Formats: sequence, structure tokens, C-alpha cells
Amino acid sequence: MRYVDEFRDPKLIRALADEIARLADPGYHYRIMEVCGGHTHAIYRHGIKSLLPENIDLIHGPGCPVCVLPMGRVDDGLSLTQYPDVIFTAFGDMMRVPGTHGSPLEYKARGADVRVVYSPLDALKLAQENPDRHVVFFAIGFETTAPSTALTIMRAKALGIRNFSVFCNHVLIVPAIRAILDSPDMRLDAFIGPGHVSTVIGCRPYLFIARNYRKPIVISGFEPVDLLQSMVMILRQLAEGRAEVENQYSRVVPWDGNQAALRAMADVFELRPYFEWRGLGFISQSALKISEACAEWDAERRFEIPGVRVTDPKAAQCGEVLKGVLKPHQCKLFGRECTPEHPIGALMVSSEGACAAYYDYIHRAAAVAD
Amino acid sequence: MATTVTLSFRDPRIELAHGAGGKATRRLIEGLFLPLLANPVLLELADAALLHVGESRLALTTDAFVVKPLRFPGGSIAELAVFGTVNDLAVAGARPLALSAAFILEAGIGSDLLQAEVEAMARAAAEAGVTVVTGDTKVVEHGSADGIYIATTGLGLVDPRVSLGAGQVRPGDQILVSGPVGDHGVTILLARGDLDLEADLESDTRPITPLVQAVIEAAAPGLRWMRDPTRGGVASALNELARDCGHGIVLFEEAIPIREAVRGACEILGLDPLHVASEGQFLAVVAPDYAEAALAALHATPGGEGAALIGEVRPEPARTVLALTAYGGSRVVDMLVGDPLPRIC
Repeated sequence: MRYVDEFRDPKLIRALADEIARLADPGYHYRIMEVCGGHTHAIYRHGIKSLLPENIDLIHGPGCPVCVLPMGRVDDGLSLTQYPDVIFTAFGDMMRVPGTHGSPLEYKARGADVRVVYSPLDALKLAQENPDRHVVFFAIGFETTAPSTALTIMRAKALGIRNFSVFCNHVLIVPAIRAILDSPDMRLDAFIGPGHVSTVIGCRPYLFIARNYRKPIVISGFEPVDLLQSMVMILRQLAEGRAEVENQYSRVVPWDGNQAALRAMADVFELRPYFEWRGLGFISQSALKISEACAEWDAERRFEIPGVRVTDPKAAQCGEVLKGVLKPHQCKLFGRECTPEHPIGALMVSSEGACAAYYDYIHRAAAVAD
Repeated sequence: MATTVTLSFRDPRIELAHGAGGKATRRLIEGLFLPLLANPVLLELADAALLHVGESRLALTTDAFVVKPLRFPGGSIAELAVFGTVNDLAVAGARPLALSAAFILEAGIGSDLLQAEVEAMARAAAEAGVTVVTGDTKVVEHGSADGIYIATTGLGLVDPRVSLGAGQVRPGDQILVSGPVGDHGVTILLARGDLDLEADLESDTRPITPLVQAVIEAAAPGLRWMRDPTRGGVASALNELARDCGHGIVLFEEAIPIREAVRGACEILGLDPLHVASEGQFLAVVAPDYAEAALAALHATPGGEGAALIGEVRPEPARTVLALTAYGGSRVVDMLVGDPLPRIC
């Protein structure tokens, strides 16, 4: 595959791994957080961990949109399936995420009209094809997917399609990083910055991390060469006592972001005063809702939403894992009550979730050790 | 009779995942079907049951086909129903003798649709060198089924030279695949049309009997185990092997043949090609001394040009499938949980 295989070049990867081993101070225990779930997934998929020295720990951050969604929001969204005319649509990522009474996939198996879409525009198309039904798109994601939701609502408005609405759960990455930095038990040395999100928001929003918190952050791509090069850049910053925002993923991420996408978001969304994050609690100004001007396409306004709040099981320590205080396997439920097949916390659901990604690696560490 | 059987299957409802060929399917089979229907032949959990009749070994297998859409690039449900069952016989080391076919039809489908599928079945049977000798037809109410479901059963005669099973597999054995994997699964995913992605790709559905025959001729004494990686893909098939034989399976990731279009689609959709189904390939575990001959035999057989040696059996990590990357990284390849779903965000 062009543009992919170049970034999986074994020679280059080995050279970078050697450089990391040279740069890392053997007397120091590094804790580096990859913010984005896509990075978590890539790190496991490509076996990146096995290329790093033992004293570099990768902490999996909050950048998995499915993982940070509280179960109450899933229940609220799924409550819409009780209306017989509703077609409930969501990304594949969402389909196995458990609500109190099952996941969207389980609702579908019980007869609810639940469909996987690849883009919110597909959901809108479904609404056009089914004029006697109402299509709800369950929107999730950070700034990566929010612009496509915004554009879809703009198109629905322009075309006057009224049997379509969005149940909006879009969240923002910067408040989540800030919450982690402000957490009293936080102990991180640096961040691997999100790649996809940054294609939209650019690099400027991260400047406070370097300036106010004195932590290096390197925006990274998703291939092995990207991730290892970002590690090299981070270790250089740490070795030289620098704390800067650097952009390893400049082939995709512009420093100032994507202005058209940001405008679309500004046109359609407004900030929620606060939003609940799974594991992190309520964070102010951390999520988007649909603005008054687009109220007609807001499922939360068009339907009566129960507004469920579900507390995570007491024994589940999703929050500590999300903040990097605990490793996934240190949670009491990990691998026992909570497995990828029977997830209790959402971190175990998505293949981007820290726990699901960790499950195989650590669960069978004894077997893999030699 | 007052015998108590302990059932470990406790899921309150049957979900789609129980039919997806991954862990949930395994749990259902081992927790419900096996204990209640227990007998030595079933307990083998092979693709085909082996029955000893006089001096011969017969292989018996059955499979139900529910596929959406019914027709897709490179095949259709009736072809799958023939080839799928013939292939299950083939990986048991058997030549097909006869098939049965049961049709469950949804009231209201066009007769032309049914005719086209029966014609496809006839063509497929001729290609696979087998006849459909008995059958059954049921019609259910409109809405109670999705067009056409087909169940086929196949009876085959096992080649006397082979003795297959996970128990035969030893560390050092080599793992071969007959050609590029994942074509069928990706084709179906794209043919459903929900994804607005297009690729120049066809299902690989075909009878693998000639390829299996070639391996048997070349390497029968060293042939240990075969499986067609359908639902759940290469990852699930090899995980079952790892579990059943107790050894570790190590794959050389770069050596696994995967078409560019399949890799690309999986990359975009966030799927692991090792979890995606093939319908015209098989995996074979062969003793090291016979691996080269088996591979050469595949390469020399039409349709086997893409065969490759993709891994080996090692003592460790026990009961685990590990993929080694070209640059020295490694990852655990797990069984699929539920159906593969595209990841977006």
C-alpha cells in the first residue's frame, strides 16, 4: 500500500528503535501518554511496546470516544429505539458498547432497527430513502468526526430533510488532557499528541501543555515509523530539558488546523456548560451540543430523553486507568468479570480501549514472556 | 433418564455474536450443544465427523448458509453452500461422495431468483465433482427469513493415507496457506453497499479439493492438520488449533499473502485481515521435512500459485497465536469477538 508501507519499513524501524534505546536514560522510568485511541490500537497491532526499552511505559489516554462515553448516554440514545418509526444509526465502533440493557447490537438482535453507518451522510441518505421513518444518528467522537456531523446537519438543513436528527455526544480533546494534567495523582513525562484530531484543530491548542505544564507533546502519525520517530523527538526534548509542541505528522496535520472544518463546527455546535466523561467525571466546556439554529435536527430536543445517569460498578477502576494512575491489569475486574466479550467498562469494548488492547498482551504475558 | 448434565452456557439470550464463529460461538457450542449431545465423535469438534465403516473412514459434515446479499461479486449463496461443505470435507482429507441440500425460502421471493440459485448450485456441484442426491424445501412467512437460507450436508471418503488432528501437531511443524486470505469477507462487506467503498475484488469461493489433493499426494505422511479459515478468519482457526494442540503458533506477518485491495479496505475500516473470512483457501500444518514438498505441490496446482509458508508451531507461547513483524515486534493474534465491525473514530 502506498503511503503506508513506507512507514512500516523494517530498516527504518530498527534504526529508530536503536536511537530510542540510546536516548533513554536507563536510570529513569519514563511515563509517556498516548492520548489517542488510534495510537493505542496501533501500538498493540504493530507490537511497538516490544521495541521499546523496559523503562519506557506507555500510558493509554482518554482519546477513545467510545470509552469515555458514560453508560447513561448509551441508554439515552438507545431509548430512541422504542419509537417504531425510528431507525437508529451509529458507527461500527458503537455497536458493542454496553448500555444497561445491552449494546446496540443486542438491541438489533432483539428486533430494534439498528444500522451501522460509515459516515453520518449515509444516515442522512437513509432518511431520504425512508421518508416515512425518522433516522437518528448517534454521533460520537472528538474533533475528528465532529466536522462530518456538522456538515451533515448543514446539508439536512439545506435540503430541508426533517426526518433526520443527531443525538450528539461529540467531545473535545483539550479539556480532557487538561483534566488529566490537573489530576493530583498525575505523573506523566510527556504526551504523544493525537493525530486525527489535530488534522482539524491543528497544533496551537496544545501550547498550554508545554508552556504551563512544562510537558513535551509530539503530534504523531499512526504507523510504526511515526510512533517511534515521535518517541525519539520526545526523548530528545526530555534529554535537552525542552518542553515544546512538535509536529511529527506534518504530512497530514497543518499547524493551524483545518479552518473549513472548524467553521462548520462553529456554525452547527455550541459548547455544553459541562459533560460527564466516563472515569473522569464532569468536565466543564468539554463537549458539544447542537446549536439553537439547528434545533430541528437535535434528537435531544425532538425526543423525550430519559436523562439516565448510571454509575460504573464500584469495583471498576476505569477512571484510574484513563488517567494513567493504574495499568489496566491492576484494575480489580480486569480479565475476571471484565473481558472483551463481557465488557463492564467501556475501555474493554473498543479495540482502541486501553483495557481491550492490554487484555491479550498482559493477560497472557506469562506465556509470551519467553 | 435422570442424568444431570452441567451446562456452562449462561448467556440469557442468543445474540448475533453467537453465530459469528468467534469466542461466543465456541462458548455456545461447548457450554450447551456438547454437554447435551455428548459423544466421542462430536467431542472431536472437527470440521467433519469421522465415521468408521468397515475398512473405510467416512467424513460427514453439515453447514447452514445465511448470507446477505444473496449474490455478490464472485459468487452467490448456493455456490457457497456447495463449496463450503465440500471444503469442510476436503480439510478432513476426504473426497466428496454426495451432498444433501435443504432450502428455507421466504414467501414472496421471485421464482427466477430461486431458479438462478439452483442453477448456480448445479454448476458448483459439477465443478466440485459431487452430486446433490437428496434435499428438502420449506417456505416460511414473508419476514420470517431473509430471502433464501440453504443448509447442505456432505458425505466424503477419507484418504487412507492421512491421519489428521490437532493432537498430531508438534513443535517445529510448518504452517502453510493455500493463497491470499480475506477476499470473501471483504467482498461481502463491500457488496452490502452500506459502506460506499468500492474495490476490484471478488469472493474467493471455490472448491479446494484439487489443492488439498495435491498436498496429500506430496506430503501425506507429514500432513497433521487442515482447516478452511471461513468465519473468524485465519486468526480464529489458528487460535482453535493453538488451544487444541497446546503449543504456540507463530506467524510471520509479512509472509501472509493478502491482496492489496483487502489490505487497503481493512486499513480503512479498521479491521484485521486475519479476522476476515476466506471461502476458497485452507491452512495446513505439515511436518518440517514435508513442508517444502507440500508448498511446491500447491504452487504447481492451478489456483495454488499464491500459496505461502506463513508460520510454524513452537512450544511457547503455549495455546497462543503470536504474529512476528518484519522489524522484530510481536503481537498476540486473538480470536474474533463477534462480527468484524468497521471502526471509524
